[in-house]
Amino acid sequence: MSGERPAEGGRAAPEGLGLENRALLERFQAGKKMGLARAISLVENEHPGFQAFLHAVLTTPRFGNRVGLTGPPGAGKSTLVAALSRAYRERGEEVAVVAVDPTSPYSGGALLGDRIRMNDLTTDAGIFIRSMASRGSLGGLATTTKEVLDLMDAFGFPWVLVETVGVGQTELEITGAADTVVVILVPESGDAIQAMKAGLMEIADIFVVNKADRPGADRLVKDLQLAIHLKEGSALRDVPAHHGVDLRRVGVLASARARSTKGDEPEGWEIPVLKTVAQTGEGVPALMEAVARHRSFLEATGGLEERRKARAAGRVRDVVQRELRRAAWSSHKVQQILEAGVDDIAAASETPYSLAEEILVALLGPGWRRPGVTGDGGGA
Amino acid sequence: MPEGDRKIRVLVAKPGLDGHDRGAKVIASAFRDAGFEVIYTGLHQTPEMIVSAAVQEDVDVVAMSVLSGAHMTLFPRVMELLEEAGAEDVLLTGGGIIPEEDMRALQERGVGRLFGPGTATREAVAYIKEWAAGRRERGG
Ligand SMILES: Nc1nc2c(ncn2[C@@H]2O[C@H](COP(=O)(O)OP(=O)(O)O)[C@@H](O)[C@H]2O)c(=O)[nH]1
Ligand SMILES: [Mg+2]
Repeated sequence: MSGERPAEGGRAAPEGLGLENRALLERFQAGKKMGLARAISLVENEHPGFQAFLHAVLTTPRFGNRVGLTGPPGAGKSTLVAALSRAYRERGEEVAVVAVDPTSPYSGGALLGDRIRMNDLTTDAGIFIRSMASRGSLGGLATTTKEVLDLMDAFGFPWVLVETVGVGQTELEITGAADTVVVILVPESGDAIQAMKAGLMEIADIFVVNKADRPGADRLVKDLQLAIHLKEGSALRDVPAHHGVDLRRVGVLASARARSTKGDEPEGWEIPVLKTVAQTGEGVPALMEAVARHRSFLEATGGLEERRKARAAGRVRDVVQRELRRAAWSSHKVQQILEAGVDDIAAASETPYSLAEEILVALLGPGWRRPGVTGDGGGA
Repeated sequence: MPEGDRKIRVLVAKPGLDGHDRGAKVIASAFRDAGFEVIYTGLHQTPEMIVSAAVQEDVDVVAMSVLSGAHMTLFPRVMELLEEAGAEDVLLTGGGIIPEEDMRALQERGVGRLFGPGTATREAVAYIKEWAAGRRERGG
């Protein structure tokens, strides 16, 4: 991310930091939790100067491990985040957590209750927990959650954990936010076929069957293992009809396999299926081990770099989209075209498409033309 | 979300050892329905936990429900810790069984309005909205 900054129009240049944000940046860089907390608000609310702030903060290298936890409501995501955090803290490692809960579509308000499971961690100096409301965003995260993860990473947390909303449907956003995605299911949440249908096989790097103290956990574990092997097309070869699979062995063999020729994601990671009892911490050491193993796998295969590059590209796209939107709807010219044009649409002399094209030409210059709307310069 | 339109974030906290949080939950839901983003932390919060959470969550308001009779120690202690943390711009409000003269004494120490057990939640909502609007005008 080095190189010259654009000479003009550089909204994101550090010069764009106001006096107030400059003071905030100092507190952030001095490692003050209040500085991080207020920086998160700045970004979450997209307040003036938030791009410049992120720009200033992200020009330092980041090394944090980002672990996403997703799964249906009540599966124990928050409880497991707390158990994992506790375990990392016991090793002396610092942990930042973002927990996303849904915004009520009726009131715009939100009840953020994930901290209830993390109360004992609140006063630990090596922990930072932030609740975020989804604010209308679908896909499991709020629109600015990824940027908040960046802030936590840049602040220096080696572990950044993110809990998705978990409203039921597959929360794809998490794959673009985390290095390792943990999908948490419980015996009550249905069978592996449902998990496959929901696309969880595609997003999971690790499966956790939580509430292993409840009946049905072993069955779900076996189901998931079988489903994973079916997907890998190796069910008949690797899975004995009535026995469990030695996943550790399979995992080691798999990671020794060559890199994918697809280039985007390395192949050869065998998704482990683990059992936990989040409330007691049972199974958490194995989960930590799996997370570390996945990390090593990604590092060894170049997958970590791939994921981070994909993430960077995705972020640039998101930012361009957001800024385009902002530029479009804050432009007087656009407002004028829109106001003048709606009557013509009503009169059928314009259509939403021809008017949109007019707006885009106004924004992007006469060189811009979307093929096939008004023809080769023939319309408008 | 349009620039400058910041959601009001409220920490609803239930300090003390008494075992009921129904009241706090009712308040938390009412605040959500009023459009606030409510961080609810459950029972048995110490003042230290409340202030740590308030800092990390960067809330505008801490609303405490105190039924144990310990309001004269809890409110000042949370106030003090907020100031120590550099979060003196946070509004500390709340409710519970608090005699008039105690309410006045706490308000003199910088605590915001306190609400008795019979108060309709919309009064507290109105109060917080008014406070937030006032702060915005003051440029806070
Ligand atoms: N029996 C059992 N209950 C659990 C376990 N893990 C979490 N829970 C409980 O499940 C409920 C939901 O947990 P929570 O972490 O809030 O789930 P989330 O909605 O996925 O974040 C809580 O009452 C937890 O105490 C577990 O391993 N076993
Ligand atoms: Mg949760």
